[in-house]
Amino acid sequence: MAEDVKVNAPTASEQLDMLRLMFRIRRFEERLIELHRAGRLPGFVHLYIGEEAIAVGVCSALRPDDRITSTHRGHGHLIAKGAEVHRMMAELFGKVDGCCRGKGGSMHIMDFSLGILGTNGIVGGGIPIATGAAFADKHQGSDKVTVAFFGDGASNQGVFFEAMNLASIWRLPVIFLCENNGYTEWTPTEQLTAGKIADRGEAMGVPGEQIDGNDVMVVREAAARAVARARIGEGPTLIECRTYRHHGHNQGEEAFTGNYREEEEIARWRANDPLQKLMERLVTAGSATEHEMGAMDLEEQTRVGEAVDFAEASPYPDPEEALMHLFADDLNVVRT
Amino acid sequence: MKERNSYFTTAMAEGLAEVMREDERVVVLGEDVAISVIGGTRGLIDEFGPERIVNTPISEATFVGACIGAAAAGLRPVVDMMIGSFFYVAMDQLANQAAKLRYMSGGQVELPIVYFTGTGPSGSAAAQHSENPHPMIMNVAGLKVVMPSTPYDAKGLMISAVRANDPIVYFQDAVLGGTRGPVPEGAYEVPIGVGDVKRTGRDVTIAAIGATVPIALRAAAALEGEGVSAEVIDPRTLVPMDFDLILDSVAKTGRLVVCDSARLTCSAASEIAATVSERGFDLLKSAPLRVAWEDVPIPFSPVLEKRVLVNDDRVLAAVRRTLEGAEVKA
Repeated sequence: MAEDVKVNAPTASEQLDMLRLMFRIRRFEERLIELHRAGRLPGFVHLYIGEEAIAVGVCSALRPDDRITSTHRGHGHLIAKGAEVHRMMAELFGKVDGCCRGKGGSMHIMDFSLGILGTNGIVGGGIPIATGAAFADKHQGSDKVTVAFFGDGASNQGVFFEAMNLASIWRLPVIFLCENNGYTEWTPTEQLTAGKIADRGEAMGVPGEQIDGNDVMVVREAAARAVARARIGEGPTLIECRTYRHHGHNQGEEAFTGNYREEEEIARWRANDPLQKLMERLVTAGSATEHEMGAMDLEEQTRVGEAVDFAEASPYPDPEEALMHLFADDLNVVRT
Repeated sequence: MKERNSYFTTAMAEGLAEVMREDERVVVLGEDVAISVIGGTRGLIDEFGPERIVNTPISEATFVGACIGAAAAGLRPVVDMMIGSFFYVAMDQLANQAAKLRYMSGGQVELPIVYFTGTGPSGSAAAQHSENPHPMIMNVAGLKVVMPSTPYDAKGLMISAVRANDPIVYFQDAVLGGTRGPVPEGAYEVPIGVGDVKRTGRDVTIAAIGATVPIALRAAAALEGEGVSAEVIDPRTLVPMDFDLILDSVAKTGRLVVCDSARLTCSAASEIAATVSERGFDLLKSAPLRVAWEDVPIPFSPVLEKRVLVNDDRVLAAVRRTLEGAEVKA
């Protein structure tokens, strides 16, 4: 890593903003658990609980005009990049006021106006897209940076290696941000993945490091260094964040998976909670009191509650919308 | 506008050069595009330089996908896939990503990308370099598909495709690459979604795609000697397909033969025959017939390859079958 690149540590106020976003993600996801159990959410739901420090740490190092691509486990990335939870919730309900008018759902929420070039239902699917956005930005003389979020499972997709090669030969302003939560769907990643993911770019000249993905300050610092490198034309960086998903691969999996993780392992990681870690840091630093943080948490719970109300009140799209939005000219067929 | 005879691939490169001159957001990527073995980008490096004529590694999935991000970030990428079979390497990025992002986002984004390629059998290139994947790409939903058969259409459709705001797959049937025909200088469009009557006739409609268009035209000329007047229609665009033009022709002739340079099963020919049967059943005097490849991979040996592909005799035989029992005016 380019240790020589100096980055500013976030101020106390910025740290509180980060905490707020982590609360927002956590409470949003917790509501999804209830809603899913109640049969209120059509389709798949993949929860980000336990990994919040990564999305928030990384996006706190980005400018609003920077870009990201996300994954099937993408709610946290969206919230951290500025997506509005009421429109996300409406999307999860399949309603017309959703980010994608109900066409995308949990795995395909996008908001191009926020630089969110898509969550993605295909593991690794966003990596080439992020690389291409970085190509375009560099080509157009912009100093924007694109982050490709992906999981440990995606690190075994061919496009990961292809894209790192491309980004390296063209010195593209892209950050390959691996969230290694230890499980490739339901199988321990170590059984499926040779070596250390962070080392996989080295042969291609892409510097990499493995960091604690549950410490938002560590993530922020590493991301900020990678962003700084990218902005000044030094090319791509690979960051592997070690983390853990508190919940399963997807909600409702217990119907077919049984217990595939040790209770002790789950408990150990839950004790290493990224929100707790940041709250303790803020208290120790005197940046916030328990009471203030509790009030902030309540505000975010309220916000999520309002998002659910908004989603419930929103109408379903007109079924004829299923035939729209395919092409820019909205013509499926001419002269029918 | 001044017109001269140009090669098919030269016409494509001319079309690309026209839009590159008018719009600096147009960038060409692909394997060896600076040299351009097939010819669709030949010479462009001299005018536009390596910043806009960008050689890529042999990583089809990644450069096909990178163009999506590049388009979302303001460029108008054009990709030379070189060989149509190579689309299979990139199918996730083409079919799951490029084709679906606009739709899945509820229409938030326009993705102006052209994926063009030489395609189809070129003479003993064998199974992995002879595919014509247009039928399966037609089925993806979210990709427009064009397949010109003349140098004039090749240039005009290239210009229209690069100016358009959707992902478009542009197939250049390999055997047509070295054909020549009149091509105007300067920029002109052949509209996407509009077919063309390549020869007028009254007894039978032959709808033909890509490399089968010249075969159909030869068959029509031969049939003229037998007193049969065949109309030849080239849809030029496969998505969206100009069914009305074909139906208008069938309304006149009452008979249809569809030729496709693809395997028969689920071919573009199948789609045309089915649609004409559904929408124009009352117009038909005999069953529509398809002439397409045998349902096997393209074999290597010239005698085997010939056995599989569409040829003049098969088209003639199909036309004669549609005319069985008909009184043809000499």
